[in-house]
Amino acid sequence: MPSLKEVKTKITGVKKTAQITKAMNMVAAAKLRGAQEKMEAFRPYTAKFNEAMSNLSSGANTNAFPLMESREVKNVELVVITSDRGLCGSFNANVIKLATKKMEAYEAQGKNVSLVCVGKKGFQLLKRSGKVRKNYNDTMGNFQMFHAREIATDIAAQFLEGNTDKVEIVYGSFRSVAVQEPASKPFLPVQPVEKDEAEERKISGDYIYEPSSEEIMEVLQPLYLNVMVYHAMLEVGASEHAARMTAMDNATNACGDIVRNLTIVYNKARQAAVTNELMDIVGGAEALK
Amino acid sequence: MGQQIRLEVVTPTGAKVDEDVDIVNAPGFGGDFGVLANHAPFLSTIKIGTLTYENGKKREALMVSGGFCEVSNNKITFLVESAEKGSEIDVERAMRAKERAEKRLAQAAQQTEDFNRKRAEIALQRALARLKVAKM
Repeated sequence: MPSLKEVKTKITGVKKTAQITKAMNMVAAAKLRGAQEKMEAFRPYTAKFNEAMSNLSSGANTNAFPLMESREVKNVELVVITSDRGLCGSFNANVIKLATKKMEAYEAQGKNVSLVCVGKKGFQLLKRSGKVRKNYNDTMGNFQMFHAREIATDIAAQFLEGNTDKVEIVYGSFRSVAVQEPASKPFLPVQPVEKDEAEERKISGDYIYEPSSEEIMEVLQPLYLNVMVYHAMLEVGASEHAARMTAMDNATNACGDIVRNLTIVYNKARQAAVTNELMDIVGGAEALK
Repeated sequence: MGQQIRLEVVTPTGAKVDEDVDIVNAPGFGGDFGVLANHAPFLSTIKIGTLTYENGKKREALMVSGGFCEVSNNKITFLVESAEKGSEIDVERAMRAKERAEKRLAQAAQQTEDFNRKRAEIALQRALARLKVAKM
């Protein structure tokens, strides 16, 4: 039986933990709202961009553009986007697990794999593999388009120099507040954007292009890469906060359970002490007779 | 009032402008161009510069940085990385950015580093465009 004082200290400790997790839950909820708004604001931009890209790439010869060129794949690069901070359940672990799985699969095929880590957590766990080519820490907290541009430009330069033949993004996609899944999407070479049937009908072919459609493509493709990186970062941001919210909610509930159990232990111990004392008194009185 | 064209300026942080206007002037790839109502379908890339539009007597200017624009169905859509109205521009910051970029350019002229010069040139263009819009 633990002593009364021990149990009491433990209860206060757990209660304090619960306060912290509760606060973190609320902070995550507020940040999640911000991240979701950012995603919402970005949606029209991506929608328009995809439309224009599919318009342009429908007739284009894919091998005419260096960023679209598909070569024999020897070197693969994975861009792993995670959060900077932990305490968000298995969110980062899942992304890293997917990245590791991909890495092993590519290596089994005899390909060289290099990694680019965006977000501190991914770097911390993946640096041991010795394959991290570049890492970006402390950008996920408050990132803007130019962060995405910096990352995308660097990756594209590697591709253009022939150091990488294929690039994939591995990130935590945001399905809903309750569901975040690790996912991956092809990044380079740039895939021609498929258009759905509804869009197909809408397109009027006779555009005036200034300059030519090919030259516009040259300008748009790097921008398209920025958009893809930015989009993935936005999703990871929202997923991170959603995951943390759930994790902290669970932690707060668990704290409540522990406190309840400890209170029972505490009461039992108190009761035992009272009974002991009573027995002593009764025993003492009995002895005096 | 004559016919109008719908103007939309979309940036990664949301739509900036969404209204009917008389005329739009924009910095296109091959020079500035103007678009009136019922323009033929048109697609052009956009440089860093000033986008102006008129709506009746009102004349507005925006600083835009690279992107592209599309005209179709009497609607003109700009997709740019950033768009700022004159009132939103921090003149002092733009001035500082201009000086910094000029200094960098002067340094880069002595070296052969192409990448840094390009970056400084773009920064200078942005700063100049901001200052121009702020003064309008």
